[in-house]
Amino acid sequence: MTDVADVLGALGGVRDPELDQSLVELGFVAGVECEGGDVAVRLRLPTYFCAPNFAFLMVADARRAVEGLPGVTRARVELADHFTAEEINATVQGGGGFVDAFPEHAADELDELRTLFQRKALMARQGRLLDAVPDPAAATLGQLEGPDADRCRELRRELGIAAVEDAPAFVTGDGVPITAADVPRFRRMTRLVSMSLEGNSGLCRGLLRTRYDLEEEVPNMIGAQLTTPAPAASGACGAVA
Amino acid sequence: MYEKDGRQYFVVDGHTHFWDARPENRNKYGEGFIACFYDYHKNLSPEEYVWPKEKYDRYPADGMVHDLFEIGYVDKAILQPTYLTDFFPGGFNTTEQDAEFAAQYPGKFIVNGAWDPRDGEDGLAELRRLNDTYQLQGVKLYTAEWKGSSRGWKLNDYWSYRYLEECEALGIKNIHVHKGPTIWPLNRDAFDVADVDHAASKFPDLNFIVEHVGLPRLEDFCWIATQEPNVYGGLAVAMPFIHSRPKYFGQIVGELLYWIGEDRILFASDYAIWQPKWLVEKFVDFQIPEDMQSELGTISDDQKAKILGLNAARLYGLDVPESMQVQAPKEEQAIGSEPVSVA
Repeated sequence: MTDVADVLGALGGVRDPELDQSLVELGFVAGVECEGGDVAVRLRLPTYFCAPNFAFLMVADARRAVEGLPGVTRARVELADHFTAEEINATVQGGGGFVDAFPEHAADELDELRTLFQRKALMARQGRLLDAVPDPAAATLGQLEGPDADRCRELRRELGIAAVEDAPAFVTGDGVPITAADVPRFRRMTRLVSMSLEGNSGLCRGLLRTRYDLEEEVPNMIGAQLTTPAPAASGACGAVA
Repeated sequence: MYEKDGRQYFVVDGHTHFWDARPENRNKYGEGFIACFYDYHKNLSPEEYVWPKEKYDRYPADGMVHDLFEIGYVDKAILQPTYLTDFFPGGFNTTEQDAEFAAQYPGKFIVNGAWDPRDGEDGLAELRRLNDTYQLQGVKLYTAEWKGSSRGWKLNDYWSYRYLEECEALGIKNIHVHKGPTIWPLNRDAFDVADVDHAASKFPDLNFIVEHVGLPRLEDFCWIATQEPNVYGGLAVAMPFIHSRPKYFGQIVGELLYWIGEDRILFASDYAIWQPKWLVEKFVDFQIPEDMQSELGTISDDQKAKILGLNAARLYGLDVPESMQVQAPKEEQAIGSEPVSVA
């Protein structure tokens, strides 16, 4: 039998592709209900008009993650309070793609968009690691450690960039290793991207808090339930937040 | 005019609205739109400046004039129309409505126009009519605006170029670009500013003011602005972080000064989302936090004076009293002052 903690665990690995942060950490998971192998997840976003392409990816990725859990026989993910909720929910539930949801308005699926933001995420993460080594242009991936470094490895694999431990530690978004001469500008660029992503994420959290009248910072609330199972998360049924 | 420590600042509010979002003038999308605006207002304003929702839907004209000019230190405000007639059937704020409002307060406002490339030839004729009537110096463009089944447009579309050519011919020099969450095709990043890059290269005599300094794509904005000398950054939406998240605001300002320089950044409140009074007061008192200065440097009073009003005054040909001008030549060049290669 699947319980709420399992589902939250799976959703913890699903990221907002624009912000490169977990849906659970961002507070986007509004509710989880389990009945045997039947799981229902409700997602919410900071505004009614959040971009439909990212919203679609989150709903589709969340459904895939929950479906992949052992014991789950049926997974439903519903986006709430969004201007395209109806189109997205129906299409994802039916296993369709972005073009199926918006036949008139989408020219293609979202792979290119996802790749673009994986590159941005990689830049941002690398920016936070530059000071961890004496000579960034000579460093190897094996010299980097911690959550940012782990995420860099993951992103590199997703982008098809070498992620073996003796690969160059710092690369451009399309995988070209940086040289010593590139370092100063690379530092500024990565810091700018990192600051932009963090800024957006701060704004999203703030708007979500205002929109749903949440009392405290979302990450603490959810985080606490994930690390120390609270009553709501330890039972077979319950809702988050 | 704002005065602090013996210095006088000329203030141009580059982005203001006199909108109508009353229930009788909105559908469900309009309701979602104004609710989202209200959350921005509530989330980022100091508590004493938060309005009740009913007032936010439609505020009185004299209240706006009071907030901007009587207590808000603004010398001149630019009204940026946002039609959104698919959400607000009578218009959220149109050029005509703005002009009628501005006429009651002579000398206070600059009325900008708007166009939509999807209106084709008819829209070009309408632009000429608007220009004849209101002698436009600028237009506000909203690329995410819905029109029937369409979900937005790009600045480098064929018809957009036709309209930009018309602006050039009519002498409408200031093109304010505002990005939103929908743009055709929907699978692309709607906030991407690459289309501004193309248009700015093609029309070097026009000024492209990217509203919200490209937020949430500050990095893309900085990047194109370093390469196009006629691209400017409007600080609407970035300004209020000065209160709620001053470190983030410091980062934004520090990066903008580094990448595009002090001559291409324009102050704006985005009234009635935020009010100029507290933004101006806090900005003049603002300094890049100490622990960030080794990387981002500091901001000087001259730079603040340019951002608060002198840069916009230059774009709109406004007379600024000699005492409020910046005298000293600037010292450092931003990245955008020299050509750069793509990383």
